[in-house]
Amino acid sequence: MRALWSQANPGFVPPSSADFDFEPIFGNSILATKPVLLVVLSVIIAGSFFTLSARKAAIVPSKLQFAGESIYTFIRNELGRDVIGPEFMRFVPFLFSLFIFILTNNVFGVIPLLQFPTMSHIGFPIGVTIFSYVTYHYVAIKKHGLGKYVKDICFMPGIPKPVYLILTPVELLTYLVIRPLTLSMRLFANMFAGHLLLLVFTLGGEYLLTSGLILKFLSLFSFGFAIGLSFFELGIQTLQAYIFTLLTALYIAGALADEH
Amino acid sequence: MFSKIGFLASAEAGASPVIPKPAEIIVGFVAFGILFLIIRARAVPRFEKAYKDRTEAIEGGLERAEVAQREAAQALQMYKTQLADARGEAAKLREEARAEGSVILEQMRTTAQEEATRITASARVSIEAERQVAFNSLLNEVGALATELASRIVGESLDDAARQSRVVERFLADVEKSK
Repeated sequence: MRALWSQANPGFVPPSSADFDFEPIFGNSILATKPVLLVVLSVIIAGSFFTLSARKAAIVPSKLQFAGESIYTFIRNELGRDVIGPEFMRFVPFLFSLFIFILTNNVFGVIPLLQFPTMSHIGFPIGVTIFSYVTYHYVAIKKHGLGKYVKDICFMPGIPKPVYLILTPVELLTYLVIRPLTLSMRLFANMFAGHLLLLVFTLGGEYLLTSGLILKFLSLFSFGFAIGLSFFELGIQTLQAYIFTLLTALYIAGALADEH
Repeated sequence: MFSKIGFLASAEAGASPVIPKPAEIIVGFVAFGILFLIIRARAVPRFEKAYKDRTEAIEGGLERAEVAQREAAQALQMYKTQLADARGEAAKLREEARAEGSVILEQMRTTAQEEATRITASARVSIEAERQVAFNSLLNEVGALATELASRIVGESLDDAARQSRVVERFLADVEKSK
């Protein structure tokens, strides 16, 4: 693919996964690379925004409080109360943090100058997924006891015995491997692909700009498309943060339920 | 420079993007953990407090209005009862007064009647007594007069009828004069 491109346009190098590798901005540590610094920034931004917005806790909210509260209320009611049920309140801080952490890091992808969705580095989704994974297992074990939990997973009640031959491995795999894998993979892949798509159009536009007159004109379309796609990406970034949180809430709800 | 801030990354092929870097897993884990602690300590309790306060403010207002309404209704009921009581009381008092008045009137009428009867009776008694006295004195006087008259008639000549009547008339005139 790359060879084909090189033959046709010797000057143009299409974006690849290598565009997601960063050298440290200062020093030599991986902790000084752009994605890591962005994650730190996301904690500062999200943490201070919601702390400030919640600080006054007024009955009649200011604009700032209203903005923070709207997001909080959405997660609290739509994902907490409606999905988990009566015990939802102790999971609200977790679900809310999850949503705003992923959202902030995703939206970095379309913020000018920052322009990198940190979740497109699979390490970060995995780091967050560990929390979800541990939480839903822990909740289930605490609620039902380890023995019953394992038994419920391996031998789902009300199924003919021969079916267990197929069902038991599938269930085990689902609970232990597939759920965490899909959680982090879905988030990572969406952000990765989205960023790659934006790179194609911006780098393409940039390349066209350095070419002949007609191609220079065409670069306008390329850039225009990149801008349009940025808004599309914003939607996907929000949606992915929502889906990640929704699935975590569903897993917790499943762990709390009496039957799996 | 560009490659460092990432707008144009270096073209050299890196590791596969699905292979996680352990350092990034740790950074993601720790960063999220910190954010979680901040949110749990600072944001969620405050938001919940605002929530609760707001609910209380709204429900409290409604409740207060309800209480006020109930109190007003109670007061109205009380005033109505009191008014009815007062009316009943007044009517009772009037009735009593009327009854009492008629009793008094009756009593007075009876008393007056009795008094009148008594006065009449006593008057009758005294008249009777006086009549008796008068009769008695008249009886005595008539006797004396008759005796005197007889002696006078006897003193004069009894055969002359004209003289006789003159003597009687003179006698009566004397009696009249001496009275």
